[in-house]
Amino acid sequence: MRRWFDANAWTLGLAVLLAALLLATKLIQPGFGVSGLDSLARAALPFALATVGMAIVVLAGGIDLSIAAMMAVASVTGAVLMDGASDGQAAFIVLGVLGLGLLMGAVNGLLIVVSRVPDIVVTLAMLFVWQGVALLILNAPGGAAVPWLRALSTGSFPGLDWLPRAVVFLALVTALIWLPIRRAKLGLRLYAIGSDPLAAFRSGVPVGQTRIIAYALCGLFAALGGLSVTMGTGIGEPIPGPYLLASVAAVVLGGVVLGGGRGGILGPVLAVFTLRTVRMDLTLLSVDPNVAAIVEGTIMVAVVMFGAVLAARGRKG
Amino acid sequence: MPDAAAVLDATGVAKRFGAVVALKNASLQVAAGQVVALMGANGAGKSTFVKILTGVLKPDAGHVKIKGRDSTVASPAGARKWGLVPVYQEPSLIPDLSVADNLRLADTAIEPFRHWVAELGLPGLAPDAMIRSLPLASLRIVDLARALALEPAVLLLDELTAALPTDLVDRVLKVVRAQADGGRSVIYVSHRFNEIAAICDRATVLRDGLTVGDVKIEPGIEERIVEMMLGGAVAAAVSAERPVKPIPSETPRLRVRSLKTGTRLTDVSFDLHQGEVLGVVALEGQGQDELFDTLAGNRKPSAGTVQVDGAPKTFAHPADAIAAGLTLVPGDRAHALLMSRSVRENIAVPLLARVRNWGAIRMRDEAAKVDKAIDTLQIDTRALGEVRRLSGGNQQKVTIARWIAKGVQTLLLFDPTRGIDIRTKRQIYALVRDLADQGAAVLFYTSELAEIRLACDRAVVIFNGRVVDVIDARDADEATLMRAAYGLTEKAPA
Amino acid sequence: MTLTDTPSSLSRFGRLMVDRPLLPLIGLLVLLIAVLAILNPGVLSMFWAGNTLKIAIPLAMLAACQTLTMLTGGIDLSVGTVATISAYLTATLAPLIGVPPAIAIALASAVVIGLVNGFGIAVCRVHPLIMTLGTALIATGFLLVYQRYVIATGVQIPDFLLWLGTGRSFGLPNSLALFIPFAVLIIWAQRRSGFGRLLYAIGANEAAARLSGVRVWQVHLTLYTLSGVIAGVTGLLYLGQIKTASLSLALPLDLPSVAAAVIGGTSIFGGRGGYGGTIVGALILTVLTTMLTLMQIPEGGRRILFGLIILSVTALFIRLTERN
Repeated sequence: MRRWFDANAWTLGLAVLLAALLLATKLIQPGFGVSGLDSLARAALPFALATVGMAIVVLAGGIDLSIAAMMAVASVTGAVLMDGASDGQAAFIVLGVLGLGLLMGAVNGLLIVVSRVPDIVVTLAMLFVWQGVALLILNAPGGAAVPWLRALSTGSFPGLDWLPRAVVFLALVTALIWLPIRRAKLGLRLYAIGSDPLAAFRSGVPVGQTRIIAYALCGLFAALGGLSVTMGTGIGEPIPGPYLLASVAAVVLGGVVLGGGRGGILGPVLAVFTLRTVRMDLTLLSVDPNVAAIVEGTIMVAVVMFGAVLAARGRKG
Repeated sequence: MPDAAAVLDATGVAKRFGAVVALKNASLQVAAGQVVALMGANGAGKSTFVKILTGVLKPDAGHVKIKGRDSTVASPAGARKWGLVPVYQEPSLIPDLSVADNLRLADTAIEPFRHWVAELGLPGLAPDAMIRSLPLASLRIVDLARALALEPAVLLLDELTAALPTDLVDRVLKVVRAQADGGRSVIYVSHRFNEIAAICDRATVLRDGLTVGDVKIEPGIEERIVEMMLGGAVAAAVSAERPVKPIPSETPRLRVRSLKTGTRLTDVSFDLHQGEVLGVVALEGQGQDELFDTLAGNRKPSAGTVQVDGAPKTFAHPADAIAAGLTLVPGDRAHALLMSRSVRENIAVPLLARVRNWGAIRMRDEAAKVDKAIDTLQIDTRALGEVRRLSGGNQQKVTIARWIAKGVQTLLLFDPTRGIDIRTKRQIYALVRDLADQGAAVLFYTSELAEIRLACDRAVVIFNGRVVDVIDARDADEATLMRAAYGLTEKAPA
Repeated sequence: MTLTDTPSSLSRFGRLMVDRPLLPLIGLLVLLIAVLAILNPGVLSMFWAGNTLKIAIPLAMLAACQTLTMLTGGIDLSVGTVATISAYLTATLAPLIGVPPAIAIALASAVVIGLVNGFGIAVCRVHPLIMTLGTALIATGFLLVYQRYVIATGVQIPDFLLWLGTGRSFGLPNSLALFIPFAVLIIWAQRRSGFGRLLYAIGANEAAARLSGVRVWQVHLTLYTLSGVIAGVTGLLYLGQIKTASLSLALPLDLPSVAAAVIGGTSIFGGRGGYGGTIVGALILTVLTTMLTLMQIPEGGRRILFGLIILSVTALFIRLTERN
């Protein structure tokens, strides 16, 4: 029990911080309630999915700078194909887009393993490639999303007003994809290559293959994130939002060590909601949204700087 | 010698890395029920041989057979399939996973593991303990227990007892011996004669990439093994006899007292005087790396003092050590050289390091200093464009030339002659003597024992992180040094 | 390992690429111009040449930031933002407080962004890519706030910037008056100043530089501040060239500036390359862009191409240097 508590102290702390922030929100704006929670959850959804994807590669000792660009590709592909599609067709389109995400991520991973160019350079180059692909598919925001898809993340459930659908959606897809992996040997392998690739190799882990899987999973969550952008706005967005920096910051704030091996998925997700809530509170305090963006950006950069200092300490000690 | 019943049979194994021949013709036979020691001095090719046996490297020639089947494998997982399980010097456990998860990762059953952990003296080990949180000694036990739980036909143990407390060592040795008595085979890589005498049946000795002997362990065998590791070198008279200088009595240039860094360097003290070349003799991993790193300001010591010309010094950065006149030529040239840059740029780096030298370079002045250093060291100037294209010997000269150009006070040379040709070696000995005659002080670690007589005035011998002997160069024949390095002559340092 | 290697023709070519990237690069440039002339006969003229130079110069200047940071193994993705901010501040502040103070404030903000980058990279050891992206995000936020709160009485583009950005003398763009001394200074400094040499040293082997007594953080801090200043100055030049103050003025130059340095033979891992190659790289990209526009390749295709160029040149570089 105590050990569990120690291992998850950071995540618990984040949960407490988030609860305190939500309470503060209620104090700032007594009217804050179901609809506020819903809009918070919907705004946070793409960030949270990107963060889960980023957390997986960072746990496995890598980083994927192309995550926002992959989200854009998924978003526009989904929106363009769904324009005029029936509900049934849309289901296949969603599956296709998820497959596309896996494929994009696997391409990133494969290029890293085969070319031996460092991950940060490969994914920087692929950031431009995926951006270009998104622009080729759709030059300006457009396309459409079928209603049932939009309904997945909007509103709440009858009788459970306080539970936004977006949160349920996030919890479901993350649990469905990540938990079986975490429980299986693949999960151990992902942590192992992030923690100590040499020891992993000596323990019989296929390091290259595991790395490619990590990037493919990141691509899958990027595709989910891209679809959630389309779910939220009803259209495809070819120009990616600030998901890269936000996801790196949330991963660090969520207790995942840059360099790999340490941390989990829940922490980074809580970190996303914490950062979003800060932003919402600033807006509720009628702070200019651009000032709120500065505050948020500064928090993110400060978090990353703090994380880098910790990582450097860890390497030395 | 080739044993028909050999469980593991490695014959004619050769391996080269570029121009460097690590193994020429190594062989090793282990029969069922035997513990065989694999021995060799520094640079004999032991670690390359271990990597080939365990499937980390592929040999260029030769074969490894386990139970008669070719097992020249390409991966550690492959080696395990054939029944060979290694326990490396550095525990191969994932720091961020629990003990149980590490077992699961390597497909090891937990019940036999528990049995072995208890047997080895750690019954209280919690399976959900994080590897990161365990002390090094426990990690070695966990690593060994995991290997034993796999019931390997051949167990390979690489310097297993380093950093283990004595009571654990006894238990470990007992378990290892019991393995062999139960009919399994063990390869025991070690520097420690007392352990080898306690549990091994035979010893296979490597020298210069060759298997030079395979002997039965019996009382008094140490001398023969030392002889084998030295080879013909013992007989060869050292031609370059020099008068040994008396130690001056004034304040030493460098005074080190009770220095401790990391886990390996535990307690080292010595004095280094102006005009003196002080040799350092140690087997691999006895703390000499930490000693040089600490003196060069590259690592912080956890205890002890360093005085330069009588003044106590602490170094937070190599720049501080350089300011105090301590300059390091590291053992691995790849750590010292800007491989993609020219000889001139390599030599000139220390001249530019300070902010006040960031402006325009006085090219003539620099050229003069660099040329003088190139001249002093007779660096081959045909390939000045990129240091990576120089021969190993010339590369080594460049790393030394850097400090000659800057002006030498105290030079820390870490195995400067490893892997270079004999002509360059001679030049380096002469240079070291010249520098000392001109008033420099030189600390000279070497893995080639014969060099102590050729270049040094005295030598300190380090074993297990402590100075175990100080030997005058006149008495420093290789056999004496080798015995001292293996801790066979240990006496309290003066 | 030895001097007597007998290199195959491929590795000899590789060696040429690594040692003297300028020759094959200029060859490639000439080839591209020839293809352009075939695709569209009559396009080549003195005016076209001047125009190409004019377009290439701001790109080459921002690529100087990438070259210098890449020599140490870093990168600066905030240059487009810094240039934009510097241009926007100058254009909107000039009518309020006069031209010299406006430029002073513009360049001061460039210095501040550079210092923040330098602090994060040098002291906190954040990866340059993440750090510079982060400061760019924050700085953009500040620009948006500024734009909302400072009531601009209008936009004034200083005359001398217009002269520099759009004027021509003897058929050549006036921006050469800024660029030639700039390029000479950078090329001189990269080889003949202590600071320049240390950039190569850190990029070639940071541990070795440290062992030689170099305090690496000092170099990083100076470098990223310098990069900010260069980006700020480029913003001023670009303002004179584009003649409008926009909130995304120089942002489209971010990616091409990286590509120009990579094409120019500067290794993204550090320790190799130089500004000479980057200038040719910027010219190649400018001609290539003209060509892609002529062939009506959309923006998306251009980005894909640039990304693939960066990836394949880097992968090729690894192969070539490992072979030796």
